[in-house]
Amino acid sequence: MTIVGIDVLSFLVFAPAVAALALLLLPQNRLIARVAALGASAVIGGIAAAVFFAYNAASPDFQMVIQAPWFTVLNASWHIGIDGISASMILLTGVLTPLAVLISFEVEERVNTHMALLLFFQAGLFGVFVAMDMMIFFLFYELTLVPMFFIIDQWGGPNRKYAATKFFIYSMGGSLGMLLAVQLVGVTAGTFSIPELAQIWPTFTGTDGTFLGLPIQTVKALAFLGFFIAFAIKVPVWPFHTWLPDAHSEAPTAGSMLLAGVMLKLGAYGFLRLVIPLFPDVWIADVNILGFVTNWAGIFAFLAMLGVVLGAFAAFGQTDIKRLVAYSSVNHMGFVAMGLAVTALAYAQQWLHGTSAHMQSAIIATNGAVMQMFNHGLSSAGMFLLAGAIYHKTHTRDMTQYGGLWVRAPIYGGIFIFTSMASLGLPGLNGFVSEFMVVRGAWSVYTWLTVIAMIGLLFTGGYILKGIRAVLHGPFNLHWRDYHLEIELREFIAIAPLMVLMLITGLAPNWILNVINASVTHILTTASILSGGM
Amino acid sequence: MNFNINDPNFLPWLIPVGPLLGFVIITLLTNRSRLIPATSPQYGGHHPDYDGMLVPVVTNWSRAVSIIVGMSGIVMAWLISLAVVGNAFGLNADGIGGKLGQDVHASALDWMATGLTQFRMGVLVDPLTTIMLIMVPLACLMIFIYSIGYMANDPRQARFFSLIALFAGAMLTLVVADNLLLLFVGWEVMGLCSYMLIGFWFEKPSAYKAAIKAFTTTRIADVIMLLGIAYLFAETGTLSFREIVYNAEVLEHLATTPAVIFGGLSAAGLIGIFLIIGTVGKSAQFPLHVWLPDAMEGPTPVSAMIHAAAMVSAGIYALIRMYPLFEIGGHPHDGEFTAPLMFMALVGSVTALFAATIAVAQNDVKKVLAYSTISQLGFMVAALGIGAYIAATFHLITHAFFKALLFMASGAVIHGMEHGEHHVHAHGDHAHDEPAEHAEDHDAAPAEHRHDEHTDATYREPEGGAPRFDPQDMMNMGGLRKTMPVTFITFLIGGLSLAGFPLITAGFWSKDEILADAWHGLTEGFGPHTLVFIFLALAAFLTAFYTARQLCLTFLGEPRTEEAKHASLGEGIVSATMTLPLIILAVFAIFAGFVGVNPGFPILGGILSPNGIPFKEFLKYTLIAEMQPSTLAFDAFPVLVSFIVALGGLGLGYMMYGRKPLAAGEPDPLIKILSPSVHTTLRNKYYFDELYIAAFVKPSQWVSRNVAYLFIDKGVIDGFLHLIARVFTWIGDFLKMMNTWLIDGLLDGVPELVARFGFIIRWIQTGRIQQYLLLVAVMAIVIAVVFALSAGGSSAAVGTP
Repeated sequence: MTIVGIDVLSFLVFAPAVAALALLLLPQNRLIARVAALGASAVIGGIAAAVFFAYNAASPDFQMVIQAPWFTVLNASWHIGIDGISASMILLTGVLTPLAVLISFEVEERVNTHMALLLFFQAGLFGVFVAMDMMIFFLFYELTLVPMFFIIDQWGGPNRKYAATKFFIYSMGGSLGMLLAVQLVGVTAGTFSIPELAQIWPTFTGTDGTFLGLPIQTVKALAFLGFFIAFAIKVPVWPFHTWLPDAHSEAPTAGSMLLAGVMLKLGAYGFLRLVIPLFPDVWIADVNILGFVTNWAGIFAFLAMLGVVLGAFAAFGQTDIKRLVAYSSVNHMGFVAMGLAVTALAYAQQWLHGTSAHMQSAIIATNGAVMQMFNHGLSSAGMFLLAGAIYHKTHTRDMTQYGGLWVRAPIYGGIFIFTSMASLGLPGLNGFVSEFMVVRGAWSVYTWLTVIAMIGLLFTGGYILKGIRAVLHGPFNLHWRDYHLEIELREFIAIAPLMVLMLITGLAPNWILNVINASVTHILTTASILSGGM
Repeated sequence: MNFNINDPNFLPWLIPVGPLLGFVIITLLTNRSRLIPATSPQYGGHHPDYDGMLVPVVTNWSRAVSIIVGMSGIVMAWLISLAVVGNAFGLNADGIGGKLGQDVHASALDWMATGLTQFRMGVLVDPLTTIMLIMVPLACLMIFIYSIGYMANDPRQARFFSLIALFAGAMLTLVVADNLLLLFVGWEVMGLCSYMLIGFWFEKPSAYKAAIKAFTTTRIADVIMLLGIAYLFAETGTLSFREIVYNAEVLEHLATTPAVIFGGLSAAGLIGIFLIIGTVGKSAQFPLHVWLPDAMEGPTPVSAMIHAAAMVSAGIYALIRMYPLFEIGGHPHDGEFTAPLMFMALVGSVTALFAATIAVAQNDVKKVLAYSTISQLGFMVAALGIGAYIAATFHLITHAFFKALLFMASGAVIHGMEHGEHHVHAHGDHAHDEPAEHAEDHDAAPAEHRHDEHTDATYREPEGGAPRFDPQDMMNMGGLRKTMPVTFITFLIGGLSLAGFPLITAGFWSKDEILADAWHGLTEGFGPHTLVFIFLALAAFLTAFYTARQLCLTFLGEPRTEEAKHASLGEGIVSATMTLPLIILAVFAIFAGFVGVNPGFPILGGILSPNGIPFKEFLKYTLIAEMQPSTLAFDAFPVLVSFIVALGGLGLGYMMYGRKPLAAGEPDPLIKILSPSVHTTLRNKYYFDELYIAAFVKPSQWVSRNVAYLFIDKGVIDGFLHLIARVFTWIGDFLKMMNTWLIDGLLDGVPELVARFGFIIRWIQTGRIQQYLLLVAVMAIVIAVVFALSAGGSSAAVGTP
């Protein structure tokens, strides 16, 4: 598949960037900028969807692969391609960006720049999801940071400076370690190609290589930590999450939508694409914490459980609606991390021992984690859209100031409840499918952690109902008597596709799960082949 | 898989479609409102009248069309169910290829990819489903008809119909599901619907609080049930009923595998307990019973929906469905109990008695019924606990009919009382002109639930702060038999059935069968049977007593208020649609019991069950062969007990409340008999609400805000980060100071760098955009340098592997 002479994946990466540059050059006219940005992102979204559907699940390896020389002095190359996991993430990015652009119509200042930043951001996301080369991965991973920083810093809420700085420093802190890790791995192994690294890097032992005189085990441990912390910050895994509530709640609506909807997935995607395949031996090496012996997979699962539980509690303790939704991301992404911990364990066992007792559980858990990435993308974007919609009209995020708005905003109320229920994981809607799969997968492996995580699931109900109660229920607060509170047509158009996807995915998840499942199964079951069939 | 409308295996798919489609159509298309002033009488009495504000009220055509759509949906479901049921009976009669248990209507679709396999969703019609399909669509249909009249003046009737359509659709999905996951989908969607409907009058704090309470309490149980489902799935690789409960091998495997946690149990035992806890929440069993009485805040058809046809029945249905899993590894009929069975016996019998004691002291007409529901569900759970599978199912069905009847009849009473209230208002002789009477009433009832409504200062009562007349308080009623004769007769039939009035009511036969099973075990000396028999017999006595109390207080004697004197359903469509379901259900409340009479019962047994108990002979094929119970020989003693408790309770109630009816303002004679403190404790439901609020609700709110958020996130984690940031800023400042004042001029290059370091750190506080840009540039340079350095080393590294 090629578009204007460029292969479709490269096109996906560059088209938003080109569109963004064009936007910067366009006259400073709000209408033109808005329509142009919407048009561009819609077309790109369509192509992203086409890419998803063009992916053939019957051969679950990387497809649409392109490898062209680039930065050869480093042994890096323009090596891109997608598997089922990246295809679903590309679809998510493609869907969410035009909706975020549509919501950004409410931005009145420096519209061209704002829209251009959104498109730059999209380019960065696509770049990460198609990357099969670690250098490209890192490059685009960093590239997403800059536009989002400016979106928060320039168009955000009252406390935006603090939030943007915190976001930036947190992420940069992670990125520095990751940069080091990328260098350690790439230079020691002599290649940046991810599939190749997955094959050779874990086999390196004692005498296979050194970096500046460091023994390979130290190099591996350092690189692992660098990646782990960088991605843990992004996911975010507890306790690296405190940037998130500030960034999400201060970002403008579109920023929050993309931040929660896709940016967090970069972290989880990084775990799946890099940390799990590259470090099977590190994941299951014994770690002794005060006499309690576990391994990194166990630690990861434990942190995931804490994220689920404490995220739900913290969300339940909020009075600011955007903060409540932001903490719900900590809670929901905890399930992603939980699923990935199972993946890491089973992959490592498969790789090292050629077999894993948890293979079936891990496949289900990983399917669940990737589905949860997609589903959380839909529901958190929807929730931020709705929180933004009500903030835009009332200019307050304090939930105690609302009350009984359902009377005057019946359609908004219905949509709010629908989306909340998707976020809560109501069976029949999308979130349940993925949460069930993660719970099922984690149960066999981390039984007690799963049991404790149920407390988080219970309080998910708590904060969701608290949100609905504060916004919609109760006697109408007469302060808003003369305000227009009902959802606007533009907002409705922006959330409708999300609602349709939530419902379809909840009723018949296989439309996307088949694609994810094929690649997940392939990755996990072929781990032993990669290790040379041990 | 091709759908073929003529193939009976595909027909069950269509059962829930009608109501679900109804929900979608009403929600998306026919629910239309217009704005009217909130002070208008069309904006019903359950809503605050906001001054000078326009509020949406459903338009007339929208109301009519939505009702038609909703009704069409449920009628469609009912007709298809009839077809399926007819087909199932036919299949069963043939006996070709075994009975219905082995040869079921079923079909399934790939639904969820799990590696190389697929999880399949499907439908199943076996004898148990067939029986449910007789009861559920019919009860739902009655509730729909009733809602036409009951909600006729509500400004949001279209929304109401969309929600009960979804409710019915979810319940029907649950009933036809062929696997535990689809059952759970229906289960949770019903949970949502009950939340939405209990809080239907969402302006009322008491309503939304009850809604949140219902959802949260059941969710506690649901997350544990989810673990059970996950565990079962992990252990067997399937959740299909046919592959689990119809499969002796799988059951045996589960019974012999030790559980992953709680090592003393088998896998079947732990899964069983998890699933039972799900039902404890859904069917409001002790100690998670607290939500159900509060759920009375919803409109009355909702109460009927929740307490009879759907929701709570769903909990019991799930237990019945999974029963083989609980029994495997034990033989309750021989005195060998598994952990899940003991758990059910204990929870059920405690709940049955406990709830019955509360019910005797309630004055709210619907709360009495709510506690009686909890108690009756306890009967069913306890019955399952002693292996009385058939009796539990039988009681589920009869209870659904008479309890739906009772709720709708009580709704008619409330409606009538509200009607009377309007009448009194219209004619100016306000009943509240006699404050003394009401003061006394309040003294007798210190914890009147309606006080909750006044705690929220922003909520304005329609009558401007005056204590609102409570149309649900039985102390305000009396003598309604004269003005509401049809309601009286049908209520009486329902009440007698609930009390187990001998021989002619359905409730007698089903309750008797449970007691007979318990008695049989008791004579063998089995502990759980003994417990169940004693507790249930006592509970049955109390049931008869509070039913008599309720009937007498509501319908007998003279009206105790002006409102009661004028209570009536009026005439026309409202009255007709509210009365018709009562009459139909009353027929079932009597005759549904005759399919379960023991053949050994004198006279009646020979007439009604010449070839064994019809109900049992049909249903038993849901169980695998080795679990199918044998018919117990007829035993006169439990029947005698049934007679004594029913007639004794009814008689005692009549003696206390019927022979000399309560006059207006007269305190409940029960207070004196039980002593005021005991009565107050019962009246306040043993203070479980207060206990839970103090022990769970408040602490979790406090922990969420102060520990999880303020202490851990804001305090420890962010505090640590801010500390680091500050330390670096200080170092930067200090170095810069050194540079400026001390070393300046000595070494040019080094201090310059150090100062730059301090400068970069300081942007934490300054936050100017140029500095960020500078940072990005510096970062880029750093990256480039590292690359350049490492590129040199890479050539060496490449050669080694």
